[in-house]
Amino acid sequence: MTKQAANWSPYDNNGGSCVAIAGIDYCVIAADTRMSTGYSILTREYSKICKLADKSLMASSGFQADVKALQKFLAARHLIYQHQHNKQMSCPAMAQLLSNTLYYKRFFPYYSFNVLGGLDTEGKGCVYTYDAVGSYERVGYGCQGSGSTLIMPFLDNQLKSPSPLLLPAQDAVTPLSEAEAVDLVKTCFASATERDIYTGDKLEIVVLNADGIRREYMELRKD
Amino acid sequence: MESNQAKNSLLSSHDNIQRTQYPYVTGTSVVALKYKDGILMASDMGGSYGSTLRYKSVERLKPIGKHSLLGASGELSDFQEILRYLDELILYDNMWDDGNSLGPKEVHNYLTRVMYNRRNKFDPLWNTLVLGGVKKGHKYLGMVSMIGVNFEDDHVATGFGNHLARPILRDEWREDLTFEEGVKLLEKCMRVLLYRDRSAVNKLQIAKITEEGVTISQPYSLKTFWGFSAFQNPTVGAEGSW
Repeated sequence: MTKQAANWSPYDNNGGSCVAIAGIDYCVIAADTRMSTGYSILTREYSKICKLADKSLMASSGFQADVKALQKFLAARHLIYQHQHNKQMSCPAMAQLLSNTLYYKRFFPYYSFNVLGGLDTEGKGCVYTYDAVGSYERVGYGCQGSGSTLIMPFLDNQLKSPSPLLLPAQDAVTPLSEAEAVDLVKTCFASATERDIYTGDKLEIVVLNADGIRREYMELRKD
Repeated sequence: MESNQAKNSLLSSHDNIQRTQYPYVTGTSVVALKYKDGILMASDMGGSYGSTLRYKSVERLKPIGKHSLLGASGELSDFQEILRYLDELILYDNMWDDGNSLGPKEVHNYLTRVMYNRRNKFDPLWNTLVLGGVKKGHKYLGMVSMIGVNFEDDHVATGFGNHLARPILRDEWREDLTFEEGVKLLEKCMRVLLYRDRSAVNKLQIAKITEEGVTISQPYSLKTFWGFSAFQNPTVGAEGSW
């Protein structure tokens, strides 16, 4: 008889949803704070949003241990950048670094699904969405994680981004005001929480604008 | 040609390295919570060889340095290896002789990296670890899994404990729990686990860590009650067709 082996996987999906919306002079980054494994909740208070530089924030879902490793790596690279250039990295530069970092592990990927939000060098809101191996795109709004299939079509419907195929290229930032964007994000998560078991407990919203960073929280369903 | 062969033999010897693909002797749940003055942690003393209860006096709660307490479930030999790593870590930290010492946050972070590093080598340490501690008035309680998933919370539990004990803890846990209340709550959790987790045994330890240090209780048993009428003749009402 062959040994009944308890098998293991180097990956897990700890769930969670992330949304980012770019406006003309602000950026809203939001994620829920639930961390799960299978049908179990590990904790209801885990922040998925990480400040990478003064003007870039990353929200990540997927495999928490990989996400943590990725955050630590980016923090280390950003520290080196500051020593070499005596300034904070810009959001577009951080976006490229994140892509390269993910692709470097193309054949043993970081199982992390990221949205990067921030302000570009002109102070305009910017959002970058990624897949696990580093393909990325600058967009006006983005969404990743377990509830992304529920949230993305709703954002598309509400925000109607200009096609990237249009010539001349149209600006992708949303026309919403900061308060409208925050409200939209709250609605997205309230709805996603109803149907996605991996999204819930609490919503963390980070707003980035010329004044700096502001944090907001909203309670979500705990079931 | 020769170097090629040498390389091949090196490669093949590399192929023969054994990695832990499944655990041998395992410990079951650890439950821990924050209370008024620090952290309380409970675990039973069973060591299972598959479904055989092989060892009955395994200490799975250990003090680490001055400010931390470690509880482990999963492969017991891997736990002992982790204890050796931590002994070295604490020893080297001590040798600075600078009056500084690693706190629970640092030890937890270290464990996080060790576990994640080993999963990256496809040679995991088959444990779920709970780390609690107090340093400079700050309470800390965290968990790390076999593949490096880690977090902090006010109360944590490994394995079956996450299913059976945490709902009780979420219901009854308070920030200002006294020592007596904390022990009572942990015993309530351990009793549920004893009834429902087949690899749990009725011999447990509860450990306390505060600013003053670690105290681990002597092993003791919980009072149980098996006299429910449903237990008297369990096959009543479950008659076969024969």
